[in-house]
Amino acid sequence: MPDEPTEETAGEEEIAEPELLTDEQAALLAVFEAELGGGVIEHADAFGTLVVRIRPDSWRRSAEIAKTKLHCDYLSFVSGIDWQPMVAPRSNDDGGNDTSAPVQPTEMTFGTAGSAGRFQVFAHVQSTSRHHGVTLKTDVDADMPTAESWTSVYPGADWHERECAEMFGIGFSGHPNLRKLYLPAEFEGHPLRKDFALLAREVKPWPGLVDVEAMPGDDSPAEDGSG
Amino acid sequence: MSSTDNPPMPEIQLEPGALRHLAEAQVNVELDTGDMILNLGPQHPATHGTLRLVVRLDGERVVSADPVIGYMHRGYEKLAEYRTYPQITTLVNRIDWLSSFANEVPFVDAAERLMCVEAPPRAQYIRTVLTELSRISTFYLFLGEMALQVGALTPAFYGFRDREYVLNLIEGATGGRFHPNFNRIGGLKDDLPWGWISETREVMKKMLDGCDEFEDLVAGNEIFQARTRSIGIVPGELGAAYGMSGSNLRASGVDWDLRRDGRPYLVYPELDFKVWTHPDGDSYARYWVRLQETRESCRMVLQLLDQMPSGPITAKVPRIIKVPAGEVWTEVENPLGQMGYYVVSKGATGPFRVKIRSASFSNVSIMPWLLRGVYVPDVITILASLYFILGDIDR
Repeated sequence: MPDEPTEETAGEEEIAEPELLTDEQAALLAVFEAELGGGVIEHADAFGTLVVRIRPDSWRRSAEIAKTKLHCDYLSFVSGIDWQPMVAPRSNDDGGNDTSAPVQPTEMTFGTAGSAGRFQVFAHVQSTSRHHGVTLKTDVDADMPTAESWTSVYPGADWHERECAEMFGIGFSGHPNLRKLYLPAEFEGHPLRKDFALLAREVKPWPGLVDVEAMPGDDSPAEDGSG
Repeated sequence: MSSTDNPPMPEIQLEPGALRHLAEAQVNVELDTGDMILNLGPQHPATHGTLRLVVRLDGERVVSADPVIGYMHRGYEKLAEYRTYPQITTLVNRIDWLSSFANEVPFVDAAERLMCVEAPPRAQYIRTVLTELSRISTFYLFLGEMALQVGALTPAFYGFRDREYVLNLIEGATGGRFHPNFNRIGGLKDDLPWGWISETREVMKKMLDGCDEFEDLVAGNEIFQARTRSIGIVPGELGAAYGMSGSNLRASGVDWDLRRDGRPYLVYPELDFKVWTHPDGDSYARYWVRLQETRESCRMVLQLLDQMPSGPITAKVPRIIKVPAGEVWTEVENPLGQMGYYVVSKGATGPFRVKIRSASFSNVSIMPWLLRGVYVPDVITILASLYFILGDIDR
């Protein structure tokens, strides 16, 4: 999805945002903007955490800045996200009694600080001495999903990126050894992508109301389930 | 083992196969002392679950170690996308199964923050008490079992025996020994039962005595010190860059505890407690720090019980919980380290994406670096001292 019209609306939000940031967050953001220039696309506050969206070609550089300039010596995690709407479990299609499964919006919307397309990589780094933290995000091209690896900056990114690679199919350029971490080597598909159906729900619908027993004194018998 | 001095750190410069010509000269036959590959696990008593460690050995020395994980991967991040918020507390219970209650707190906290709901003070206090009780029970198992890994059988029984007192308390309050599932969005399932507070006071005194016992029996033991001092040293900076957290990082001299330094959560800002650190960063330091933290937790529980307010235990929340759209990152200091959830909501009854940041995953990822050059028996003590739970690695 290269031509999402989110860019204009993002610009409008930017004017209203800065007053929501605390002084500490503003100081962190100022360092990123000074060092990366146009590398910072957008920023936002997510319940007290500064979220900065970085251009893909500045991704590794942003980690270096966080580590050297912002004292963020601690890597919390690196992970990915697929913004595409979830394929609904088949059991929901026939309008069955599955009231327990969450119904998600059917069109693609993006979260805090926006996104250019379907995939994003995000990470959280923290400072053990200054006690602040920042969440960094970068866009990943949906057709050629790769991002710059952080392993040369934070050695702990190794396993996180291996997990992200197998779960989302996002490659990390510069990673020394991007083999599978959890899944067997011959596993096909990327389980955390939204179009990867959860097989358990396809095979057997979530029981939903079936499990509900009649309340004492309630005459109507419990629903007998979907079949 | 009779020496009480700190044994020197093993030198890593020895190249694989460096002793080859020496052996050939002595035996005067074609003798290949090439590297040997040793598979530790997946089922091995020293790995606390199904962790497989592929160790390449040159004699008794580890050339490289490669942890193979995923034997217990249950895909909670995927499952969470198919469930509603109240259903997910059942899942997160099973991440670090020794301190299940502590896993629930940050997730419920994430949902509460997105909904702008706050649990009433009494619920916050009870949550804090139960979190600290989870910490005590988790660490008690460690305090006993770490001694088991260096060959002392008795402390393991003490650890298991005394942990049971705390598990009984958790069971008394929540109904579940290991998987309480006691948190609700906006509060708790139930109030504390009658007599629970006075019983907890008694047990805490017992646990404090038990800590003294461990200090004498294990930490002060000559053999234990010989096996753990200067073994498996993690420099603080490197540990942080690997994402190592909690007691493991504090044992490397990094003075960082999210209960004190993170975003204020539960009632920790109102508590008076000390954050323990140790400058050495070796296996012994990790044991020592956890021992002190167990004591500190007992004192914190006693403090909390004295200050416990009365009042309701749940805030007003709708019957069907819908969480407004937004993103939130919550992190807490779990017994094993930093536990966090990055929850993305799109306004539905379930989350759009939950990133589970578990402590053991990052704590263990340092192993290839840490195990290089150590001796085989030390692999076991280092594994034990890092103290990981497989469910917390695999999620």
